[in-house]
Amino acid sequence: MRYNSDNFMKKPEHPLNGLIRKDRIPHIWCSGCGIGTVFSSCLTSIKNSGLDLNKFAMVSGIGCSGRAAGYVKLDSFHTTHGRAIPFATGLKLANTDLNVIVFSGDGDLFAIGGNHFIHAARRNMDITVICVNNFIYGMTGGQVAATTPHSAISTTTPFGNPESPFNLPLLAYASGATYVARWTMLHVRDLTESIGEALSRKGFSFIEILSPCPINYGRRNKKLPMEILKMYQENTIIKNNADPAELDIDFERGVILGKFIDKDRPTYTENYDKICRSTQNV
Amino acid sequence: MVKSAVLTGEYFMTGDVACAEGALAAGCRFFGGYPITPATEIAERMAQRLVDIDGTFIQMEDEIAAVASILGASWGGVKSMTATSGPGFSLMMENIGLGIITETPCVIVNVQRAGPSTGLPTQGAQGDMMQAKWGSHGDYEIIALAPSSPQEFFYQTIEAFNLSEKYRLPVLIMSDEIVGHMSEKVIIPAADEIKIVSRLGPKGRKDLFKLYAPGPGGISPMPAAGDGYNFHVTGLTHDEKGYPAMNVDTHAQMMSRLTGKIKNNLDDIIRTDSYKLDDAEFAIISYGVSSRTSMAAVDMARDLGIKAGFLRLITVWPFPDDQIRALAGDVKGMVTVEINLGQIHREILRCVEGRVPVHLVGHSGGTIIPPEDVVKMLKEAF
Repeated sequence: MRYNSDNFMKKPEHPLNGLIRKDRIPHIWCSGCGIGTVFSSCLTSIKNSGLDLNKFAMVSGIGCSGRAAGYVKLDSFHTTHGRAIPFATGLKLANTDLNVIVFSGDGDLFAIGGNHFIHAARRNMDITVICVNNFIYGMTGGQVAATTPHSAISTTTPFGNPESPFNLPLLAYASGATYVARWTMLHVRDLTESIGEALSRKGFSFIEILSPCPINYGRRNKKLPMEILKMYQENTIIKNNADPAELDIDFERGVILGKFIDKDRPTYTENYDKICRSTQNV
Repeated sequence: MVKSAVLTGEYFMTGDVACAEGALAAGCRFFGGYPITPATEIAERMAQRLVDIDGTFIQMEDEIAAVASILGASWGGVKSMTATSGPGFSLMMENIGLGIITETPCVIVNVQRAGPSTGLPTQGAQGDMMQAKWGSHGDYEIIALAPSSPQEFFYQTIEAFNLSEKYRLPVLIMSDEIVGHMSEKVIIPAADEIKIVSRLGPKGRKDLFKLYAPGPGGISPMPAAGDGYNFHVTGLTHDEKGYPAMNVDTHAQMMSRLTGKIKNNLDDIIRTDSYKLDDAEFAIISYGVSSRTSMAAVDMARDLGIKAGFLRLITVWPFPDDQIRALAGDVKGMVTVEINLGQIHREILRCVEGRVPVHLVGHSGGTIIPPEDVVKMLKEAF
């Protein structure tokens, strides 16, 4: 090939270009926010899956993480607060060929949307739920979430949090999820691999990703962005197959990461076809 | 086991069952619901029937999820429906708004019972008519039909699907416990005699596709997920591309399109019917089950020498302002008949603008209004 100065000057293409709506960049996420890293991991896994990209759909709820659906160049749905999972349920049942990913935050999925989460897991709906857990309501300015630790200050718990946070993997396991994992946004390789695994599994897959919100959590709780990342590195331990009951988050004691559940159980669609469709029995 | 979507034949059927059969005849293949009296029978019938015709039924965890699921299914390319009553209808308001702003075709049935709150679960009313129009936040236009018999419940459900597919919005069927639980003769025609409308799909280059660019008649063609358009759908204010745009101009533009597709097509959408109205001196205006009261009242009044006629609203929303205005010039007085304390009555007062007296025959719900009450009003008020 002849040397071409135009090509030489051109910046290399971003490896995820085909999966990003470039015309929607810049995104709204703050400096130091972890959502972008989780988003990239997710897109990398989608790309690596080798599956037809036109058969992926991403559904988000409301909140900072909920904006992911707006940046991904797939069929994507930015729905109402907490309702991504039931929307995804209808979408999946209407077209079972779709790989449906729900990408949203802890407030969206587990406070206002908590009921939908446990029921979709119980039904073993064949979707992948990716939850960016930043322990706070970021978009609205730092209010207490269902995941906020007792020790933390938020704008609505200015004296500390009287409520206990959810252990999300335990909740997912108890509700019937067939794939459950937890990583931090610092564990990019493990996370990417894990999302890929979840995408390849049928049934309800759930991955919790711990992720910093330096502006609305860190600032109020005297945690600098780098300190949070250091904590993710030093105060975590990978323990695959750990008992979900041990997975409460306490960074002083050490937080357990890994893949906790990976099992097979008939999905809603499989059961519906087998149990309900009389045509199957004829 | 029945395996046909259209059960051509003559039946003795409840309104709720007729509604389900109408949905199947219209091409509905997804039902996401939550049990509630007096709408449960619609879900039960759909659970029974959808499995045989390659459709899917799911009982969701609540009515919020029910509407979310039918919106998702609609974007999956499948005609979808849910059915509920007052308390569930209240929960549905959130995602009805999402359906409106994202222009998602689907049908939502409200078999009304008396409220507020748990109210009278097993007894009919028409008290959710204003909620149908204004229940979700923000401005919007909606289409709502009101059946007066099981046969009409069947046809209106088909009509509701056709309108929702044509105009791309959730269409409401505002029935009530009395029509829902009433058994009457229902004739289901042959499949080829039923007119079915389905959404237009996009054409042309996929990479240049704009999700909300106006198409034929101002309505945007709608792709399904998986078709390769890589579209983005959001409940935020959005531009033609479907991308969020947080500014006054885009919002005004979007709202004008969302409301315009209804307001500019009133002649196509509004359906009314009349009975002995041509020479009437007094007009009874009603809809849904109260139409039956009104029809009987016209005959009873005429036997007494009162020249009464009846205007029936088959679609209640959008409201037939022009028809009511014109009627106000033709009659000496009007009576609204509805099972509530005066909801559509206010709309009639608004259109009549004081030109003739308008009286309400209504009560707070639980039973049908006897025609004698309407005749009494005609005798005493005019």
